Amino acid sequence: MIESDVFVQALQDMGVNFFTGVPDSILGGIIAELMNRRIYTPAVREDEAVGMAAGAYMAGKTPAVLMQNSGLGTSLNTLISLNMIYKQPCILIVSWRGQGGKDAPEHLVMGEVMPQLLETVKIPHRTLTEKTAVEDFRWVAQTFMTQQMPVALFITKGVVKGLHP
Amino acid sequence: MRPEQGTLISRAQAMAALLELLTDQPVIICNGFPSREAHKIADRPTHFYMIGSMGNAPAIALGVALAKPNKQVITFDGDGNVLMGMGTLATVGALKPKNFIHVVFDNEVYGTTGNQPTISNVVPLEKVAKAAGYVNVERVLDRDDLVYEFKAMLKQDGPSMLLIKVNEFVEDAGRVLHDPPEITRRFMKAIQG
Repeated sequence: MIESDVFVQALQDMGVNFFTGVPDSILGGIIAELMNRRIYTPAVREDEAVGMAAGAYMAGKTPAVLMQNSGLGTSLNTLISLNMIYKQPCILIVSWRGQGGKDAPEHLVMGEVMPQLLETVKIPHRTLTEKTAVEDFRWVAQTFMTQQMPVALFITKGVVKGLHP
Repeated sequence: MRPEQGTLISRAQAMAALLELLTDQPVIICNGFPSREAHKIADRPTHFYMIGSMGNAPAIALGVALAKPNKQVITFDGDGNVLMGMGTLATVGALKPKNFIHVVFDNEVYGTTGNQPTISNVVPLEKVAKAAGYVNVERVLDRDDLVYEFKAMLKQDGPSMLLIKVNEFVEDAGRVLHDPPEITRRFMKAIQG
């Protein structure tokens, strides 16, 4: 299991210096660490978080947005009618609720279709694993910089240490 | 037609008066006619013209304001837009960026799609902003008042909201000519430093 502080440090080492988002239990440890470091700006909706990240990017920051995958639904229009057409990159740290059909009912549909959904709208994505973490982060940094568009890193349950181990 | 309709100024008239008071401040302008009108009145590299992501103008402006605390950041917004992204009033009110001015042109309709009514005739958006934690809020009906209040807001710590009641008149303005990636590039360059 990846420690939350190691995860946050890896993003900071990559140059990420603006963090916003809406919480999820899987992301609880990461958000607690970001708040400890006083570098997290909470949003009330995921599309708002994506909009704030776009503004921060244009003002010279490298932004990351944390969200549960339900938030991909909420922020889809902002991602495709702001980020993608204006070429404004951001790193999406998305918790994969409903993966493998084992979760509360409200997560099951998004949990099943999320990868295809992002492929349909042409947002590159990858799922973080402990074994491939270094490579995963390198891929995120590279894709983000070269393609000038949102890139998603999926976080599955148990890969990054949460609040309640 | 609203009772005061005949006496109200147009959004373009109000916008022209505001743009006269601005120089190199970043201005994020919401999608639809407001961006087209701003582009026609004064096309500055410090303008970020939106064509999509309705409701997100203040969120984008907030991101700029947080990243550039020494620059005063202005957003030109509409009543339909504010209603769609109303949660952002709470985020702004909670974070209280001092360098944030939210201008709302309130014509009580979704003008770009054919003047369907919004609900801002019965929901006073500046009062929502005040309750959410905006420091200064003003509601104005004419040019003299809007110039007076906007000048004051430029000198005060925010966040501030200036709500301007405007009529439904739309300036004959074409689409914004710059490509969206070009709008991003030139805005980024213009607000550097």
